[in-house]
Amino acid sequence: MPIETASGQAQCPECFADITLSTVMQNEITQCPGCGAELEIIALEPLTLALAPQEEEDWGE
Amino acid sequence: MSSAKVGVLYSRVRVEEKLLFEAFEKRGVQLDLLDDQKLIFDITDVHHHPYQHYDVIVERCINHSRALYSLKILNDQGVKTVNTALCADICGNKLMTTSALAAAGVPQPKALVAYTPESALQAIEQLGYPAVLKPTVGSWGRLLSKVNDRDAAEAILEHKETLGSYHHSIFYIQEYVKKPGRDIRAFQVGPDTIGAIYRTSPNWITNTARGGTSSHCPITPELADICTGAAKACGGGMVALDLFEDPDRGLLVNEVNYTMEFRNSIAPTGVNIPERMVDFCLDVAARGWNAANGWATDETPVLATVSLADGASA
Repeated sequence: MPIETASGQAQCPECFADITLSTVMQNEITQCPGCGAELEIIALEPLTLALAPQEEEDWGE
Repeated sequence: MSSAKVGVLYSRVRVEEKLLFEAFEKRGVQLDLLDDQKLIFDITDVHHHPYQHYDVIVERCINHSRALYSLKILNDQGVKTVNTALCADICGNKLMTTSALAAAGVPQPKALVAYTPESALQAIEQLGYPAVLKPTVGSWGRLLSKVNDRDAAEAILEHKETLGSYHHSIFYIQEYVKKPGRDIRAFQVGPDTIGAIYRTSPNWITNTARGGTSSHCPITPELADICTGAAKACGGGMVALDLFEDPDRGLLVNEVNYTMEFRNSIAPTGVNIPERMVDFCLDVAARGWNAANGWATDETPVLATVSLADGASA
C-alpha cells in the first residue's frame, strides 16, 4: 500500500497562522514558519495540526 | 526492485524517516508503517501473531523503552528486526554500552558506577575534576553534567537523588576527556564504516541537536577498526558512534546510538546514508543478521545482557 500523503493548508494551533503543507504524512513533524512551534500532522483529511509532544526522558537515538 | 515485505516501527515521521521511506520506495519495496502509539502486542502468542509475514521490521521509535520492548517481543516471536533487541538493550543504556565495550577491549573513556550519593562522590573524586555525570538512559546531550569541583558534585548528586526517578540514582560517572573542540560521529552499517563527521562546538557538549556544527571527517583505518569493533561489541547492525580524539590514547568510543539520526550528516559525508541503511535492511531480510553483518554463520559476539528499561525489577 503506498504511503498516504496530503497537501493543503492547516492552521497552527499555537499562533493560528495558516500554514501551507506539501505532501505531508500522518505523524509527520513540522515547524510553524510564523511562531516556530514544533507541530505534528495528526490528520490528513482534513489536514490538522497539533503541538508536537514534549520531549520525554527516554527519547533519543 | 525488491519483493521483501518490510515494516517500519515508528513514533513520529521526522526528516530521517521520510528519507528512509523514500529510499525504500526507490527500491520498489512495499512498506507497512507501524505506529507505536497504536500497537497492541499479544506477547503470549508466538505462532499466530500479525508480524510473521514480515521479512524484516525496521525500528525507528523515539522512545527507547518502546523500541526495546517491541524489538524484544518481535525477536522472541521470530521476526527479524533492524536493529535487534540485544543491540537496543546495550546501546540504549550507557552503563550497558560501557560494560559491553570494556568486555570486548574497545578503547573508551574511564567510567565508574555507584549507587549512593556518598559512593558517587567518592567515585568522582577518584576520577578527578572535572568529571561527567550522565543519566544511563537518555540522548541528545540531555541532563549531562560537567562537575568541576566538590561543591558542584555534592549539589548535583543531591538533586539527582531527590528530584530524579530511580534511574538517576544509578550514578554513571565518566572521565572528562579534553577533546580538541570537536568529536567524531561515525556511521557503521553492518561491517562497513560508511561515513563520519566532525562535530565542532565551543560548548563541551558537541551534539548537533545542541548546536554543534558538522564537517567532513575522513575514515582512516584506525577509525574504521574501532567503529567495527565497537559495533560488534554492541550486537552489530546500523549504529552511530560518538568518538573522542585523545592526544595520548587515540580514539575513544563515547557512545553508540541504535536509532541513528543522520539528517545533518549526508552532505558533509557525501554518503547517501538512508540508501546504505536500506541496503542493510534488505540484506538482513534476504540473508539474515549474521551474514548482513559480515559474521560467520555460527559467530555471535560474546554478549551478556540484562534489561534495564523503565520499570525493570528484580
